[in-house]
Parts: sequence; structure tokens; C-alpha cells
Amino acid sequence: MDLHFTAAEQAFRAEARAWLEAHVPKEPLPSGDTREGFARVRAFERELFEGGWAVVSWPREYGGREASLVEWLIFEEEYYRAGAPPRVSQNGIFLLAPTLFEFGTDEQKARILRPMAAAEVMWAQAWSEPNAGSDLASLKSVAVRAEGGWKLTGQKTWCTRGAFCDWIYGLFRTDPEARRHKGLTYFMIPLTAPGVTVRPVERLDGDEGFAEVFLEDVFVPDQDVLGEVNQGWSVAMATTSSERGLSLRSPGRFLATAERLIALWRERGDPTDQRLRDRVVRAWMDAEAYRLHTFQTVASLQAGRSIGPESSINKLFWSEMDVRTHETALSILGALAELDTGAPDAVDGGAWLRGYEFSLAGPIYAGTNEIQRSIVAQHVLGLPRDRG
Amino acid sequence: MRFRFTEDQTLFRDAAREMLARHCGPEVVRAAYEQGAGAPDAWRHLAEQGISGMLLPEAQGGLGLGMCELILILEETGFAALSEPVVETVAVAGPLLEECGATALLARWAPAIAGGRARVGLGLDGQPYVEGADRADLLLMERAGELHALTPERALLTAQASVDGARRLFTVQWAEGTGTRVAQGEMAARALARARLRATLGTAAQLIGLGARCVELAVEYAKVRTQFGRPIGAFQAVQHKLVDAFAALAMARPAVYRAAWSLDRGDPEVDLHVSMAKAQASDAATLCTRSALQCHGAIGYTTEYDLHLYMKRAWALSRAFGDSDHHRARIARQILGD
Repeated sequence: MDLHFTAAEQAFRAEARAWLEAHVPKEPLPSGDTREGFARVRAFERELFEGGWAVVSWPREYGGREASLVEWLIFEEEYYRAGAPPRVSQNGIFLLAPTLFEFGTDEQKARILRPMAAAEVMWAQAWSEPNAGSDLASLKSVAVRAEGGWKLTGQKTWCTRGAFCDWIYGLFRTDPEARRHKGLTYFMIPLTAPGVTVRPVERLDGDEGFAEVFLEDVFVPDQDVLGEVNQGWSVAMATTSSERGLSLRSPGRFLATAERLIALWRERGDPTDQRLRDRVVRAWMDAEAYRLHTFQTVASLQAGRSIGPESSINKLFWSEMDVRTHETALSILGALAELDTGAPDAVDGGAWLRGYEFSLAGPIYAGTNEIQRSIVAQHVLGLPRDRG
Repeated sequence: MRFRFTEDQTLFRDAAREMLARHCGPEVVRAAYEQGAGAPDAWRHLAEQGISGMLLPEAQGGLGLGMCELILILEETGFAALSEPVVETVAVAGPLLEECGATALLARWAPAIAGGRARVGLGLDGQPYVEGADRADLLLMERAGELHALTPERALLTAQASVDGARRLFTVQWAEGTGTRVAQGEMAARALARARLRATLGTAAQLIGLGARCVELAVEYAKVRTQFGRPIGAFQAVQHKLVDAFAALAMARPAVYRAAWSLDRGDPEVDLHVSMAKAQASDAATLCTRSALQCHGAIGYTTEYDLHLYMKRAWALSRAFGDSDHHRARIARQILGD
């Protein structure tokens, strides 16, 4: 065990910090889930790519710097510490890319990865359907064979930033005879293809961060099938428990939130309010615990172990921690907590309220926490499946 | 940064786990609970495995290792609910005497500690009761910033019944006399502060093990207990309760390991790290006892069933050396600076 950062890791941190200090916009950008904010964060991510910091852990040929997982975590800490905006490319670089690295053809990797890293092509996930949420395998959208490819028909929903993105990826039923998880295929689809209609959906916080995507006989060539035909379920799930289980939310983000919370407490907290003070400490400790747990997971991955269904524990933890941390901030703000962006008295432009609204999505997206608990119960604790 | 135990460290742990499963099963814990018998077989084997002398210098017959090695084993002693003063004797006594510069006393006691022939009772400030004082061969007592050593015969012991029958708590009244004073001044204060950290962290590690034991018992029970025609472990309400307990432990564990490393390295933030470890471990273990009891239903509320043996130890240890409120208040002073 060695919990000191090596000289090389410290040098990496210093280099990242210096670059970020020089390049991160001094004024916070508007939310990346609005059209204007999306464009501005995307522009920043292009700069990030030019500087060689967009995808630090990737191979050099795709624009990375072959950083270790520890260095990636260091970069993430520095990124959020510098006040840089949440990545609008994340559903590409963190969700699709690991699958491409594992299942993509050489042609796909050569064509897709670099423009993704450079924020030239933006990717949205298209997992859910109106009647297939937690029960994703019940999805109904279909793909039928056509000359040189497939014709896709159906409806996808809750596509994050789908109204602003260029491509989506998701599962379609290619074998109508097969049951549930079998007979699904993983497709990548340009939103400019004929037969695609995108309808933005306003979220709880008022941003157009969601979209519905309608597909009607959309032609997708064979080269945009990811992995084997009818193996889409295993392709989609294969990386959920490897790095992807980590990269969805790195600790850096929550450490930065905890630091902001402490700053808020110092500025506005009532030092005699022991109960609220205790909640601030708990929030700090949670972020710290998640950081330690992640370093432990990374060391385990580097030793060649996979983390498997235990990655669901991460998701449970960070998503519920994020809600609690924001609730604590709102309690410190008291009557000011409800003030939204634009209110003259709003603290930090209503950032804590915005953050609270966003945190409430955490226990829902990427597999609801109820689904995650059932995964841990059945696949880690070995309890029997619930067949009510 | 490499947050991972070495293969040697985990092999040591595995050997201890196996030994404890053999020599400190539920029947042994029950005998300790009902008759105050301790777990002498396991205690002897700890010495044979080299664990008792782990932190003692090699020159004194020890292994010269640190908390990073011992922490995994302490977790196992918690999992087994070992009713022996392993934290006091193995994790604290040797390093305390060494750091106090009590060379002669260390030379006298080290072989007995390493050989499993001595048990130590520890009376640090803020801890009104000394566990196992009647069976101790040596009492190490803090008084006004000084360290004193005495044998139990020189003290008046008043038994204080604990919720956990296996814990033998005593109020220890004693008078300073010739030869009781071991160390004073700054050196003693520093060594005593570190002793407190070791005891706190060792207790935190045991709590992690105890929590894991409670969850394990509940999971096994939920697999076999059938109601409404299926195992109760198939019900989401039961599953999710146990997952929350399991997850809390998983998140507390790295904080305990980190604090062990900080202690060995003399990290300037070691106080903060130990407080975080104890706060996290106390709360996680308490949650595990609650979830395990609830998932067992009425059988868990009996003394015929084993759960109570582990649960009561967790209750006791969650308060020993500072409960989570106490440690969060310490953390608050350090990070909030108000």
C-alpha cells in the first residue's frame, strides 16, 4: 500500500492544474443542458482537446495521453477544483467509448473516437423507451434487414442533450422471435439521417436537457452496428462494471461540491447550529469516503481484477450523497434556498438550487437505485431473485 | 498511489480468518458471553501465527510490522467477535511502551506479549472503564498526561456489567506508588496520543468485521427462511435493507485502511483520518446491526440465536473510544475551523 502520489503523479497534477488555471473560463458557463451552454461548453472542450486534456486515459492515436487510471482521477479532481463545467461530451467519451474500445472494429475506432474526443461529433445515449425504462430488455424499437444495413423504427426517450447532439446509440430488436435480452443489437445512428425526428423535452429544472427521438425506417449501414448482431445486450452491459462504473461520476466532482459547501458554511452558516454543522461534516466525509473507495477500486482494477456488480454500490453512494450534500447547502441558505437564477438575492446565481434539482436525477438515471440495489442483492450478496 | 494490500498482507489475514473460524466460532463467543471465558485457544494461536508480536520490534521477538499489516487481522477479530484484549495488547501496548522510551519495561513485557502469555488492560483518559482488567497481567493507565504501569493486584477493581457479557469492564482505582510512573512530559503525551489513535482505529477495524458478520448472518438467514412461499431474501424490502448495510460497510472500510497507513507514516492529518475511520465504522456497524436484526425478525431478538453476540459487541464498540458524534465533532474542528 502506498497512499502517496508518486513524483510522476504529482508532476501530472501540477501540469493539469497549470493548464486548467490558464484555460478554464473565469465566469461559470451557462448549463450545458441548454442550447447556448452546450455550444459554449463544447467550445471549451475543443480547447481541452487541443491542449491534450480531453481524454487523458486514451491511447495517443485517438487524442489521449495514455494516463493511468490514478492520473485520470487526479485530472478529474483538478478539473472540478478549477471550476470547469461538467462535460457535455460525457455520454460519448465515458459511456460509448469504453464499449468501442472493447467491441469496435478498427474502422469504427479510427472513424469515431478522435472526432468524439475533439467534441466535433457529439453523442447522446438512447437507451430508454416510453415503455422500457428500468425494464430495458422489454424494448420495442426494431431493426429489420435491408441491403447493406438495417432499417430502424421506433421511439427512444430521455436522450441526454439529444436536441443538441449529432449521433445517438442504443439497442434495437433485430430478432423478433427471441425473448427479452436476446435478439437485441447495438446501433449507432446519425440524427441527420432521413426518418429521424428529435423533440426536445424540458426537464424539471427548465433546461431542454432531454430529447425524444422518433425513428421511421431509418437506414443504418452495417458499419454502424457495434459488436455482433443479436448480442447487443451483452455489448451494452460489458463495460458497465469496468472503468465505466467509475467514470460515470468521478470523485473529483463531489470533492469540489463538498469544498464549496464548506465555503458556504463559513460564509453563511450559524456556528451555533450543531445539527447543521454536523451535516456539513457528514457531506465532507462522504465525498472523502467515495474518493478513498475509488482509489481502492482503481488499484484493484490495475491489479487485473474486475469490479463487477459491485460498481452498483458506487452509483448508489454518489447519487444519494449528492442529494444530501445539496440539501445541506439549501438548509444553510434557508429562505434564500428557493431563489432561482436571475433573482437579485440568489447566492451564486442559484447554483445550489440548480445543483439540487440535478442531483435528484442521480438516483433515477443510469439504472434507478432500486434496480442497483437489486443487482447488489442478487449478484453480490447472493440473495434469490425476486419473482413476485 | 496504490491503495492495495500486498499479497503477504492478505495471506496473513486469510490465515488469521481461518484460525479464528476454527478456534473462535459462535460457541466460543457464546461461552465468553455467558461465562466470561474469553477465547484462550484463539489467543494462543494468535501468538503462534506471529500476530501478537506483530508491532513489537524484531529485537524483542516481534515482527516489526505496522498497523497496515495488523488492521486486516483486527477486522477479522471483529468478524469473529474475539473476546480477548487484542487491540489493547497487540495494537497499543508495545508501541506505547516503545514510543514512551520505556525500554526496560518493554524488554520485560515484549516476550510475554509476543508469546501470548500476557494480556494488557488499558486505561486512557476519556475511557472510564478498563476492559479485561481482572484478567490483565499488566495495566497501562493514563493519569494527568503521564503513563503508569501496574498489576491488577495493586488496584481496586469494581466490575461494571456491559451489554456484551463477554466484555469485562471495570472501574480501576489505584494510587501512584514507587515504580508505577513509566513516562511523563512531552514524550509521554505524544505516545499517549498515538496510543489513543491506535486503540480507536483498532476498534474501528473490529467494528467493520462485526458489521460484516451481522450482514452475513442476515443474508444466510434470508436465503433459508421461507414466508409466503419463498425465501424472505427474495423480497425487495429485505434485499434493499441488507444492501444499504453492506454498502455502508464498503464505503467505511477504505477510511479505516487509510488511517492505518497514516498512522504508520506519521501523516500530519492522522488525527483527522482516525476520527473519520471511527465515525464511519461506528455508523456503518450500527446500521448493520439494525438491518440484520430487522431481517431476522423475532428470532434475532432472542439470546438463543447467535446474532445478539455480534450485535452487542458492535453496540459496545461503536461507543468505545468515541462514538461517531464525538469524532465528527473532532473533524468539524479540523475542517471547518470555527
